[in-house]
Amino acid sequence: MTDTLTFVPLMIVLGAIGVPAAVFAALGAGERALTLFSGGAGRRARPWVWLFLPLILVILILIYPVIVTIFTSFQDARAENWIGWQNYAWAFSGQMLDIVGNNILWLVAFPLITLVLALASATLFDKVRYEPLAMTIVILPTAISFTAGSVIWTQMYSFQPSGSPQIGTLNAIRALFGADPLPWLIQPVVNNFALIFVAVWLQLGIATLILSSAIKNVGSEMLEAARLDGAGEWLIFRAMILPNILPSVLVVLTTMIIAALKVFDIVYVMTNGNFGTDVIANRLYYELFAANNLGHASAIAVILLFTALPVALINIFQFRSEARS
Amino acid sequence: MTGAPDPAITPRTFSSGARKGRRRRLPGTLVHVVVLLFIVGWVVPILALFLSSIRTQADTASSGWWMALVRPDLSLQNYALALDQLNIAGSLGTSLAIAIPTTVLTVLLSVIGAYALVRMRFAGRTALSLLLVSLLVTPPQITLVPLLRLYNQVGLSGSIPGIWLYQVGFTLPFGVFLLRGFIASIPKDLYESANLDGASELRTFWSIVLPLSRPIMASLGIMAFLWSWNDLLIPLLFLGGSGVSPPITVNLAGLVAQTTQGQGPLMAATFLSVIVPLMLIISMQRYFVRGILGGAVKG
Repeated sequence: MTDTLTFVPLMIVLGAIGVPAAVFAALGAGERALTLFSGGAGRRARPWVWLFLPLILVILILIYPVIVTIFTSFQDARAENWIGWQNYAWAFSGQMLDIVGNNILWLVAFPLITLVLALASATLFDKVRYEPLAMTIVILPTAISFTAGSVIWTQMYSFQPSGSPQIGTLNAIRALFGADPLPWLIQPVVNNFALIFVAVWLQLGIATLILSSAIKNVGSEMLEAARLDGAGEWLIFRAMILPNILPSVLVVLTTMIIAALKVFDIVYVMTNGNFGTDVIANRLYYELFAANNLGHASAIAVILLFTALPVALINIFQFRSEARS
Repeated sequence: MTGAPDPAITPRTFSSGARKGRRRRLPGTLVHVVVLLFIVGWVVPILALFLSSIRTQADTASSGWWMALVRPDLSLQNYALALDQLNIAGSLGTSLAIAIPTTVLTVLLSVIGAYALVRMRFAGRTALSLLLVSLLVTPPQITLVPLLRLYNQVGLSGSIPGIWLYQVGFTLPFGVFLLRGFIASIPKDLYESANLDGASELRTFWSIVLPLSRPIMASLGIMAFLWSWNDLLIPLLFLGGSGVSPPITVNLAGLVAQTTQGQGPLMAATFLSVIVPLMLIISMQRYFVRGILGGAVKG
C-alpha cells in the first residue's frame, strides 16, 4: 500500500492546484499565439483555443469510445474478426432474454413508481408547515452512493427462517403483524421489486424537487378560486395542477429512465445478478471481466445506448424549442 | 448572490416563509399521516445504519437495530475494527484524492467551455450545443471496452489521474449545459467596459466571469463531487490491481461479498462513507437544489 498520509495530499495538490494552473497557462499561451495572427483570423480561431481542452476530453472519453464500441459489437470475443450480427443475435436469445426482461421491468417500474411517489410527496409536502424538514429528509439519500444504499437495504431486507428472531426491519414488521418472513432478495419477482425500491429510495428526492418546484409555479390565485367554488383537492390536482406540470413530469420520467438504464451498483452489490435479478449493465461487467468477450460486451453496450436514444431526441427537441422561445 | 440571476434556474423553492399568502387551509389528518410515512420511510434506513454501526458485534448478530433504542449497549468497537482491519482510512483517502481534483477540474473546464460556447460566435456553435445535450444521456457502459484498452496502452490504468480524466470528461457535457444559461445572463455591458479598459480575454474571464458565476459553480461542484465520491463502476474497472487503496465504494462492495467480518464493521465503514456527502448537501442544500433543477432539461 502506498503511504496514504503523503500520497493523498500530494494527489490533491497536483490535481486541484497543479493541473488547473497548467490549464490557465495553456489558455494564456493560446491567447498569446492568437495575437500573432492579424485581427480576423485571430478572432475566428479564438473559440477553438478556449474549447480545445473541454472538447478534446469529451472526444476522448465519450465520442471516440462510442464509435469504437459500435464497431466492436460486430466483432468476435477478442475484437479481431468481423462476425456480423452474431453478438446481437446472442443478446436477444437464451438466458439473455430473462436479463433483457429484467431491464424492461426496471425501465417501466422504476420511473413509474418514482413518479407516483414524487407526485404524492411534492403535492402533500406543499400542504404542511414542516415542508422544509420533510423535503430535506427525502433529499438526504440522493447524497448516498448506490453502493452504500445497497449495504443499508441489504440489512433492511435481511431474512431469517420463520421462528427465529428477525433482524431485518421489513421482516420484523411482517412478524409484528403475524406474517411469515419473506426472503426479499431471493424470491423471484419480489426480489426485482425489492432492488427497484432501493433505487426509488435513493432517487426520490430528485424527482420530488423537480415536481415541487413546478407545483409552486402553478398560479395560487387560480387554485384559490377553484377552492372557493368548492372544488375538491383531488379534482384540483387532476384538472389544474397535473396539466400545468406535465413538462416537469416528462423531465422526471426521462431522468429516471436514464438512471434505470445505467443501474449496475445495486444489482452488483445486493445479488450480483443471482436469483433472476440480473440486468444488462451487470452482465456487461461479467462479459468484460469473467468471460472476456469484448464483442458481447460491446453489443450489450450498444443496446443500452440505443435504448437511451429516444430520451436524447426528446432532450434535443425540448432544448431547441426552449432556445427558440 | 451576485450578478446575474437566471429566472430559469432560480426556482421558487420550498421556503415556506416567502409565500405566506398562499392558501394554508389546514390539511386533513390523512395528509399528515402520508407525509409522516414518507419521513419515517426515508429516515429509518439511515437511522438503522447509524445505530447498527455503534452496537456490539454480539447484539447485531442476535437482534435488530431498534433494540439499541430499548436497551442501549453502545460501543465504537466497529469503527476501530473498520479503520484497523478494513483499510477504511486508506479508502477514504483515495476517495478524496479522486473526488477533490475531479470536482475542481470539472468546474474549471465547464466554465471555460460554457464561456466559449455562450460568448463567442463561430460556425458550428448550435451543432456543438446539440451534441452536448445528446451526450447528457450517454450510458457510461458504452465507453468501457475501448477506454480500458486505451488506458492499458498508455499506462493510465491503475492510476488516480486516469480516474480524474474519465470522470471529468464524462461530467463535462452536464457541466457546460448547467453553466451556459447562467453565463449567458451576465450583462453584456460588463464585457464591453472590460474591453474598453483594454482587458484581455483571459483577464475578462478571470475577473468578471469567474467571480460572477460562483453560485452556479458551487452547484456544479456539489454535483461533481457527489458523482465522483459515489462512483463504483469506473474505479472498480480502472483502478484494479494497483498499489493504491481502493476508493470507499469499491472497498464496501468487496466487503458485502465476504461475510467473515460480520455486519458491525461493515455498517461502520458504510456510515463513514456516507457522512461526507450527507454533511455536504445538508450544509449546501440551496446550491444542490439549484444544481438539480438547473441540470434537468426543461420543457
